[in-house]
Amino acid sequence: MSDQITTDPSKPAQRMRAGSMTLTLGPWIVAAILLAALPFIFTSNSGLTIMNQMWITVVFALAYNMLLGQGGMLSFGHAVYAGVGGFACMHIMNASDFFASMPLPLLPIFGGLFGMGLALIVGAFSTRSAGTVFAMISLGVGELIAACSVIIVAFFGGEEGISGDRGEALPFFGLNFWSQIEVYYLTAFWVFISAVLMYLWSRTPVGRMANAVRDNPERAEFLGYSSRWVRFYSFVASGFFAGVAGGLFAINYEILTEENLNAASSGVILLVTFLGGVGFFFGPILGAIVFTLVQTVLSLETELWAFYAGSLFVATVMFFPGGLAGLIMMHVPPLRLGKLGVLTVPYIKTLIPAAIGILGLCSLVEMTFHYRHAATGDHEMTLFWTTFDSHTILPWIIAGAVTLIGLGIARTTAPALKEAWNDANTAGGKR
Amino acid sequence: MELILVNLIDGLVTGLLLFMLSAGLTLIFSMMGVLNFAHASFYMLGAYFGYQISLALGFWGALLVAPVIVGIAGAGVERYGLRRVHQYGHVPELIFTFGLALLIEELVQFIWGKNQMPFNGPEVLNFTAFAIAGNSIPAYKIFMIFISISIFMGLLYILTKTRVGMIIQAALSYPRTVEALGHNVPLIFMGVFGVGTALAGVAGVIAGPVLGTFPGMAFVLGSIVFVTIVIGGLGSLWGALVASLLIGWITTFAKSYNVEMEAVLNGIGIATPDDLSENLFRDFWALTSPQIADILPYILMVLILIFRPQGLFGKRQS
Repeated sequence: MSDQITTDPSKPAQRMRAGSMTLTLGPWIVAAILLAALPFIFTSNSGLTIMNQMWITVVFALAYNMLLGQGGMLSFGHAVYAGVGGFACMHIMNASDFFASMPLPLLPIFGGLFGMGLALIVGAFSTRSAGTVFAMISLGVGELIAACSVIIVAFFGGEEGISGDRGEALPFFGLNFWSQIEVYYLTAFWVFISAVLMYLWSRTPVGRMANAVRDNPERAEFLGYSSRWVRFYSFVASGFFAGVAGGLFAINYEILTEENLNAASSGVILLVTFLGGVGFFFGPILGAIVFTLVQTVLSLETELWAFYAGSLFVATVMFFPGGLAGLIMMHVPPLRLGKLGVLTVPYIKTLIPAAIGILGLCSLVEMTFHYRHAATGDHEMTLFWTTFDSHTILPWIIAGAVTLIGLGIARTTAPALKEAWNDANTAGGKR
Repeated sequence: MELILVNLIDGLVTGLLLFMLSAGLTLIFSMMGVLNFAHASFYMLGAYFGYQISLALGFWGALLVAPVIVGIAGAGVERYGLRRVHQYGHVPELIFTFGLALLIEELVQFIWGKNQMPFNGPEVLNFTAFAIAGNSIPAYKIFMIFISISIFMGLLYILTKTRVGMIIQAALSYPRTVEALGHNVPLIFMGVFGVGTALAGVAGVIAGPVLGTFPGMAFVLGSIVFVTIVIGGLGSLWGALVASLLIGWITTFAKSYNVEMEAVLNGIGIATPDDLSENLFRDFWALTSPQIADILPYILMVLILIFRPQGLFGKRQS
């Protein structure tokens, strides 16, 4: 489930490494270079907007995974901490004297502090137990604060929310943060710092104890740790980084509404994190990137993107509880054995027909949707660059045949794939 | 006095409707130890199936057939979905039902669209049963009360007096022993899940015409149902009944009596500040009870979870 470090007690160097706060530098340098270089590849404004949204989701998902993946606490109201952090930042932005004397890049810290403050209050009673009770309290508190946002107009701004202007801050080395690209680098800087800090947190003794409490609270108690306080620390730290994400949201969009607090946003972040994989540190990053792409790109193509995302989510929970990251890390043992090549041909034989079959299924779904919900008389629809009449029988036959043949081939080649998989995971034998 | 009576009846209708959902949910919880997030989605499916069937068979046909279909769907979900996820532990189970709730909402929007469906109650019940001081009580409300009470009675009878009920109760506490005695426990679990969702389906069919049949109806009621069974105590049927009625009455009374926060605070001796418009707590002073009626159950739940985590009637501390 988790990225456990297995140590050999006979080797002191390795034993040291498990407890110390070492940071493998390679991936982080690559990540930093990527963060800095991406705006040169995707230069358009929409590209920058999507990337900003992506990185904000990354921070939020990583903060959420501090609870779900590392602490084993399932929260149904985590958007509240990000939202409150964001609202606080908005108010700071509108406070003219204070904000004018402070550079903008410091703002997310205040978002984090407010998120942490709320987490301190709520965590004081909600972290007494994990599991269902924690999930229920988080749901109740989430709903409560989301409902308050319409009532307490002074802080949450009621229905229309609160908006501000990030340009009023003290210029930061001559930067006013008026253009999209400047905001991008601000966001990227904070994403990098937060990710590093959260990674280091997971290496600290308290981060390690969070894993222990997740797996076996009773045993952790016997070792002399209070599982309640360990959960509390994780919760507060997670609240801080969620607040940072909220602050970045405030800077990027310059408006916050009830939507940032409600149960739907909390649900989305759960979906993102689980899709990416809760067992590995990089899982939520992957989930945030993939989900944002699916959301922005797929929603341009089809009205049914939420339906596909929901199906993908349920399928992930049922068949790949490790998420995307788990799926990738499954291939590490074959790689170590040098037998990844064994899998290539069976993968091509199974996955390509399966993908074609699923695309056929999607076109059937799209055609049904068009048939039922298009305006009367509108028989023409475009799917995969072909335009046809959805009320004639031919497209249905083609789509149905593609689905059946694709999934049929995938089904017949699946046993061979399974065999190849077993072979790839066994040392020795034929290459 | 007459208003109190009318509100009592309205609260009873809301409470009993809640109870039909929470009874199934609490049974499923005590059986599998997992809260079924998608429970309210089965309620929504009940309403939509009811609407679709009522077009062909009329309301009474729908009331009979739709819950059966919902129950079969629920049993299928348990057999092919939950049982599979069960091996990964409780948190993935909770996440699975959450994902299912999302998926069912999208599915309903996919099939029926986003608009409200014109689902109407039966013509036979379209009259005023009686009137209290000018407030007429429609016969449909009386019918709802009647149905819910008879379901509660039936459930209580089956669970406590029949052989099937005894086996279910035994399977809830000692599944391994019951299995050793030769009963098919997975089948019992599937059956209870099916019956629980079918109850939600009944609630959907009879609530659809009153509360509206639209894609958001599961979301509106969903979290309140959780709140109900948490307040009542997870796994307790009587707790679910008491909590449902409590919530039904609290929200109804809060909505119909306009109690202002200012009056309450003045009543306990706190004077209104002179300049309210600049005060940080101005919204707090302006609160009225209809405004906060919908969040009262959540406040109650958080308080219960802090001071009595096992709920009003709960025995175990999870």
